[in-house]
Amino acid sequence: MSPAGLSFVAALVGLGLAAVAGFALPGAARPAVVGALSAVSGCAALVAGVGALAGQAWSVSLPGVLPLSGLVFAIDPLGGMFVAVTGGVVAAAAVYGVGYTGHGLSGRLPQSVFPVFAAAMLLVPAAATVGALLVCWELMAVASLLLVVTEHRERPEVASAGRWYAVMTHLGFAAILAGLMLFAAAAPGDSFAALRAAAPGMTPGSRTVVFVLVLAGFASKAGIVPLHAWLPRAHPEAPSHVSALMSAAMVNLGIYGIIRVGFDLLGGGARGWWIAVLAVGAVSALYGILQAAVATDLKRLLAHSTTENMGLVLVGVGAAGIFATSGERVLAGLALVAALLHTVNHAAFKTLLFLAAGSVLRATGSRDLDALGGLRARMPATTLLFGVGALAASALPPGTAFVSEWLLLQALVHGLPASGAVTAIAMPLSVAVVALTAGLAVVTFVKAFGTGFLARPRSEAAARAAESPRGMVAGMVLAAGACGVLALAPTVVVSALGRATAIGRLAADPISGNAVTVRLGGVAGALSPLMLAVALLAGVIVVLGALRLLASRRARREARLWDCGAGPPTPRMEYTATSFAEPVQRVFDNVLRPEQDVEVTHADESRYLVAAIEYRRAVPDRVERRLYVPVLTALRAWGRAARGLADGSVHRYLGYGFGAVTVLLIVLAVTR
Amino acid sequence: MNVVTPVAQVLVVAGGSPLLVGVMRQVRARLEGRAGPGVGQPWRDLRKLLRKEPITPRGTSEVFRLAPLVLAATTLVAAAASPFLATTSALDPIADLFAVVAVLTLGAVVLALAGLDTGTAFGGMGASREMTITALVEPTLLMATFALSVRVGSTNLGAITTATLHDPGRVLSPVSLLAVVALAVAVIAETGRLPVDNPSTHLELTMVHEAMILEYAGPDLALVEWASAMRLTVFLGLLATLFAPFGIAVTASPSALALAAAAFALKVTVLGVALAVAEVFLAKLRLFRVPELLAGSFLLGLLAVAASFFLA
Amino acid sequence: MWRLWRKIRKTGRVAEPAPARPAGPLTSVAARLGGSVQIRHVDAGSCNGCEVEIGSAFGPVHDAERYGARLVASPRHADALLVTGAVTRNMVEPLRRTYDAVPGPKLVVAVGDCARDCGVFKGAYGVVGSVGDVLPVEVSVPGCPPTPEAITAALRGITGR
Repeated sequence: MSPAGLSFVAALVGLGLAAVAGFALPGAARPAVVGALSAVSGCAALVAGVGALAGQAWSVSLPGVLPLSGLVFAIDPLGGMFVAVTGGVVAAAAVYGVGYTGHGLSGRLPQSVFPVFAAAMLLVPAAATVGALLVCWELMAVASLLLVVTEHRERPEVASAGRWYAVMTHLGFAAILAGLMLFAAAAPGDSFAALRAAAPGMTPGSRTVVFVLVLAGFASKAGIVPLHAWLPRAHPEAPSHVSALMSAAMVNLGIYGIIRVGFDLLGGGARGWWIAVLAVGAVSALYGILQAAVATDLKRLLAHSTTENMGLVLVGVGAAGIFATSGERVLAGLALVAALLHTVNHAAFKTLLFLAAGSVLRATGSRDLDALGGLRARMPATTLLFGVGALAASALPPGTAFVSEWLLLQALVHGLPASGAVTAIAMPLSVAVVALTAGLAVVTFVKAFGTGFLARPRSEAAARAAESPRGMVAGMVLAAGACGVLALAPTVVVSALGRATAIGRLAADPISGNAVTVRLGGVAGALSPLMLAVALLAGVIVVLGALRLLASRRARREARLWDCGAGPPTPRMEYTATSFAEPVQRVFDNVLRPEQDVEVTHADESRYLVAAIEYRRAVPDRVERRLYVPVLTALRAWGRAARGLADGSVHRYLGYGFGAVTVLLIVLAVTR
Repeated sequence: MNVVTPVAQVLVVAGGSPLLVGVMRQVRARLEGRAGPGVGQPWRDLRKLLRKEPITPRGTSEVFRLAPLVLAATTLVAAAASPFLATTSALDPIADLFAVVAVLTLGAVVLALAGLDTGTAFGGMGASREMTITALVEPTLLMATFALSVRVGSTNLGAITTATLHDPGRVLSPVSLLAVVALAVAVIAETGRLPVDNPSTHLELTMVHEAMILEYAGPDLALVEWASAMRLTVFLGLLATLFAPFGIAVTASPSALALAAAAFALKVTVLGVALAVAEVFLAKLRLFRVPELLAGSFLLGLLAVAASFFLA
Repeated sequence: MWRLWRKIRKTGRVAEPAPARPAGPLTSVAARLGGSVQIRHVDAGSCNGCEVEIGSAFGPVHDAERYGARLVASPRHADALLVTGAVTRNMVEPLRRTYDAVPGPKLVVAVGDCARDCGVFKGAYGVVGSVGDVLPVEVSVPGCPPTPEAITAALRGITGR
């Protein structure tokens, strides 16, 4: 067995032990043991994934476990990348989880399900048969559902989020199941190798049906609009380290599924598919970031931002598909590397951000940005770490996402002359979407960091916050370290990702480069993130030196804030997250359709005297309102109508049975 | 490694940018029938501010204190990386148009955070408005970049400039003309000039940039003022370099660099004077009319990209 | 736009030729400012007569800006406070806070008779005293209201230009 396979198995065994420990150990020791075991397993999985990326293939066949076909697991470079990402996220979240034990989180259920969830996420990208994929997928869904509803006793929203998640994840599962079953029916077996061999023999129509079904299922897991409704509910309501796992690792597997089935198993398919992927990606990116820009709930903001980033990844995947179907191998590889790099980057910074949000939640009991503020003085470590994550997420240098968005833009820019009118229309629009998304991401994260952590506390709870315990900070530091490495030395990762793209009609290794500079192969383009960071640092030093040389050496004087000479400005006068985002909300009024309500109460004496003014504002999810509410209403009406059929009479039920059998027999007789 | 060019560029931009602001104020003063304080006044202002006492408003943090440093550093990096004087430079790997735009945006972000950090209503207001405008300018900037890079096949500033130097006729192509208008509007918005923001306003309610820096005093304020002058110079310099790269040195010999510096000063001054003259005729737009202006310029950028494909 | 351009052409320069620089050495604070004085105006209880004249001093005709003086929006940016009016009870504290907000070296200019010695409001129940009773005044400009020429001359005495 190769070292990669060995450490993969070790990771699974470790997680299994952690699950048992979480169930069997007494409460006090539980978090530490489960956290330590999970963290070590996460690291082992990271090693396994990296090994697979480096070319160590590994596979194992377990014929007897599942009836009919058994289970086969294998890690190739593509799967290895997702295993590595998941392993890294698990490690950071597990270390964090040791200290994050309030609200019944050290209970038996969450502690034992956490490792199971992690193991399921590691197994999904390693599955090499349809049966194995579906089993692991369902295991992952159920485990995450149990974790989401951990705190359902304390808050009623959790239960509602759990219901949404349960229904949507299973609808998605049904779509994937149907798609893959259709696919497997055309092949001699359900192993991926058999599917790959059978794909060229299928009719284009049936391939398209398979792809659309699978796309819907996987996209719903990735939180892609319009199948995103569960994500901003379930991710915020889960305990924060579980949110990190879901938002940084689980959503990636949706992307994995689309790439695996679309590029690998179906072999690329038609250009129309990828235009559709690009379109939903673009819509998701814009819609997600718009919702995030006006959100005031910190974790909900992060969840919407997940939709945005998955949208950007799909823009890359869609572009890769468009290029691949028109024979532009190099560009296709470039776009896919950009997408994969963004997936990795997103995993790193979203882990960090969710963990930091959990730290804030633990210290203040609030996720409402309008009630936070001033945390920098009381929680310096969390503030610094959230700042690192926010810089990474806003796609500015020297942050993490800047490199991957730069790569994505390079692929799109160079793709304009590639293949005729379709790209001539799609590429500029995609660039515009990516640019607007990047701009709004800046607004979003300036808002999150500026109103959440800077300025003065807007509530008692925020004023009394205290820094989180060392374990939690250590988990965040791990994630921040990953962000730093990815931001400054992306070349390390990029060359490995190049191997992951060697599937189907894509070129391997579209990007070369030394330790400092990313250089695109085949098209002109180079960027050196490390040099940029060094230049910025040098700039700061030069400015400091100039200041030393030119400025007076007078001591700094502390003075009261300039309040126009009037009384001290109270926290109520500060800009809140809502007011900060108000201009953006107004600009995008037609898209967001916020609901505002001003209620004026007049004084008793006269209509001209105002006693109170009440202002309410809500930004509803329009997609949800237009798409989901009618369906739910129809379902409810149908359910009510069906109640009339079931009146409890046994005779009636026997009658239904008789009728059904008769109809079935008639149908069979006619169709035979 | 050619480090002469970046250093020379930094020196030219750092030394010349207050003079540019002085020239623009002087032009404006003359058009208003005033005498004007003279071209050197911004330098006198900076000299005085540097000598003054630094003040830390109570309740602000390191973010507030470090923001001027980072803001100035970002503009210096942008000035060093862009091919203002010569097309060959040691900083070529970061002379990417996307990267330069992102670095300049980083400066705006840091200042917005400083505005929020004070916790005053004006600081938050300025930050909120600045960020909204920044978010909306981004698509236009990148679209114009896109249009310019298509014909060259690269977003590297040096490559774009070299290509235009070799084929000067391109400047008058429809792509170029559409892109220049789009980019000009974006530059005006990014540098906070009329009609997007009024750099000389005293009315807090109409402020954007000024509102964020109301708390800065002494050397900190000097840095912020200096950096915003350099930012203006860098943006105008980018405009000049992309659309009229004439005089830019191809080698790094001292005489060629000196000539290039003179040409750069001339181009940027012409653009600055044009901007100052235009500002006399313009009133500030309402904040919520600014998106319409930016959407218009975005459309021009999109047309430029379309033209680069369909007219090629 | 065309009409505005024609008007600009027709009007030409309206700034009056600069009179001779007032004689006399600069104070130590003014000398350290080096020809650049940013000014924050504070109305401590004025009837707005002085404000009109200040506005006029900074208008195109007298153009105080040409001597290096400029009005700014925040006391943090200022070197000098231009205080008008007798200091009323409600403005004592804001005036002190404004002075405190100005980074040193700084100075105070009292504009108008009210600011110098309370003028006709001397002894009124709402008036605390002159500006000099509250802050250290460096320069005062007499007149009710002072002429723009006088204000400009006083400012030139600080900028030294």
